[in-house]
Amino acid sequence: MAELTWHPARRGTARDRGNRPLRLVASAAIMAAVLLAVLLVPSLVPMDAQAVDLAAKLQPPSPAHPFGADEVGRDLLLRCVYGLRVSLLVGVVAALTATVLGTAVGALAGALGGWADRAVMRIVDLFSSVPHLLLGIFIVAMFRPGVWPVIISVGLTHWLSTARIVRAEVLSLRGRPFVDAAVSGGASRWRVAVRHLLPGVLPRAGLAAVLMVPHAIWHESALSFLGLGLPAHEASLGIMVNSARSSLLAGGWWPTLFPGLFIIVPTLAVAGLAGAWRERLDPRRRSELML
Amino acid sequence: MRALTSLPWGPMARMTGRRALLAVPVLLAVTFGVFAIAAASPFDPVKAYAGAAGLTASQENLDQIRHNLGVDQPLLTRWWDWLTGALTGDLGDSASLRAPVSQVIGERLGWSVLLCTLAFVVAVLLGTVLGVLAARWRGGMFDRMVTGAAYALEAAPPFWLGLLAIWLCALKLGVLPAGGLTDTGSPTATAGQIAGHVVLPALVLAVSQLPWFVLYVRQGVGDALAEDAVRGARSRGLRERTVLLQHALRSGLLPVLTLIGSRVPELITGALLVETVFSWPGIAAATVQAATGVDFPLLAALTVLATAAVLIGNLLSDLLYGLADPRVAFDG
Repeated sequence: MAELTWHPARRGTARDRGNRPLRLVASAAIMAAVLLAVLLVPSLVPMDAQAVDLAAKLQPPSPAHPFGADEVGRDLLLRCVYGLRVSLLVGVVAALTATVLGTAVGALAGALGGWADRAVMRIVDLFSSVPHLLLGIFIVAMFRPGVWPVIISVGLTHWLSTARIVRAEVLSLRGRPFVDAAVSGGASRWRVAVRHLLPGVLPRAGLAAVLMVPHAIWHESALSFLGLGLPAHEASLGIMVNSARSSLLAGGWWPTLFPGLFIIVPTLAVAGLAGAWRERLDPRRRSELML
Repeated sequence: MRALTSLPWGPMARMTGRRALLAVPVLLAVTFGVFAIAAASPFDPVKAYAGAAGLTASQENLDQIRHNLGVDQPLLTRWWDWLTGALTGDLGDSASLRAPVSQVIGERLGWSVLLCTLAFVVAVLLGTVLGVLAARWRGGMFDRMVTGAAYALEAAPPFWLGLLAIWLCALKLGVLPAGGLTDTGSPTATAGQIAGHVVLPALVLAVSQLPWFVLYVRQGVGDALAEDAVRGARSRGLRERTVLLQHALRSGLLPVLTLIGSRVPELITGALLVETVFSWPGIAAATVQAATGVDFPLLAALTVLATAAVLIGNLLSDLLYGLADPRVAFDG
């Protein structure tokens, strides 16, 4: 019998999911390594990321400098770790800002309903019709580049998706019998919101917050690269890529390559972990697009 | 494909009209928001205008400048003046590029449109081919490679991709110019030179937009391949090629392709970074220059322009979606 070209068992099932446990373990290992490096390296390694060594100027990767050295001989591995530390800190604070704002707005819209809901969602639509990076650039330009303007500009442009998710969740929870039971049992509005609605919303908001961190880092590095982000002494990954341009013209690719990889690899690890988390939250929904 | 005359022109025109009406309050709100942010910020246009001379100028002179620039007026008045001026084509003067804002936009818009159109076409074509092939052999080696690369590219900042592309193509291999519109020292811009200079930025912008297309096409076509119609086609003994191209693509690909209009915000984001890296003389690069120089008139006009582009993209997307799927009514 001729071989069939259709293999129903192979489509959309086991093979489609790939090697899930491996992906999860790899993501977790990368995240653990990143967090350990970012938290421990500055206190454990007695090296100065700003230490200039002109003898090592623009050295390619070698055992002494695994990622090479930049245009004034600073070790790039160490600088990448410090850069990721700055980027991660800004990213986490910005993501938290966006999540708190989004959760508050979404919960308010969902809980109030009616015209207030419609008005709030129109504002969300309004914000989403301005490209995020452009609005971010505008805010930072007007408030002068710096750590807080960057955090505020990323926070102000990234709460929309969280607000939509939280609103939808609150709307679906509001119709459930346990909320009716609480209301008919005499629970106050506040108690219903805090004891019954909020716990149901938090896992989704938490997932959104985790996925927001790589986004926030991406935006921070874009702003910093454009010279509209952090000040130069807060050498985040975006600033490193920007200052690597002169080395690139001199033929050194490593000061550009490695900071970028330090953005990509943790992003993929976060996406891998968040994908697993999402599947636990809602096993029926396939984890489609993770970023 | 239906003939042009049988298209639902009436409902489409009504939807366009409704959206145009809705766009008015949105654009008004955005312009007002832009003015409100500027008013709330510590930025002082007078000091920016006067520069170092502002340190020694008398208060009288500063007040005169303030009056000339019109920034001694309250927020609402300034906003209204700008709006009425904008309707007559006067968008103010750009300080950073030393030209009227409308002239800056007129000179640069075409270059941005050229770059973005090329990038978009490449991204759609390449994304469709890769996505369909990945969906065809879902779970296979090719699929995993494409999906993995797509996720990695989605996470990669476009400016980083641009710099690596410059290093590889312009510095290492020397096959393409590193940036700008023409060769340095060239007095005129010939079509050949522009064609050579647009390749690298357009490719980088295309690659930065590619992941979304690949993943969505893969998802759409993959889901379509699992539909009953496709199963029926297979059980009738049709060739896999026919099943894929005539059955799965029609139901899986069309809805995805209509969504490309909604990608305008991401395209603008990518253009902001790519134009800057490649010194491309478009409006996105001008936006970054305006922001660096705190050039409010230019920045305000470009923000509003970008918002209008996003709204047009959304409308286009909804119109195409209604055309592709007759079950969807033109009532949004």
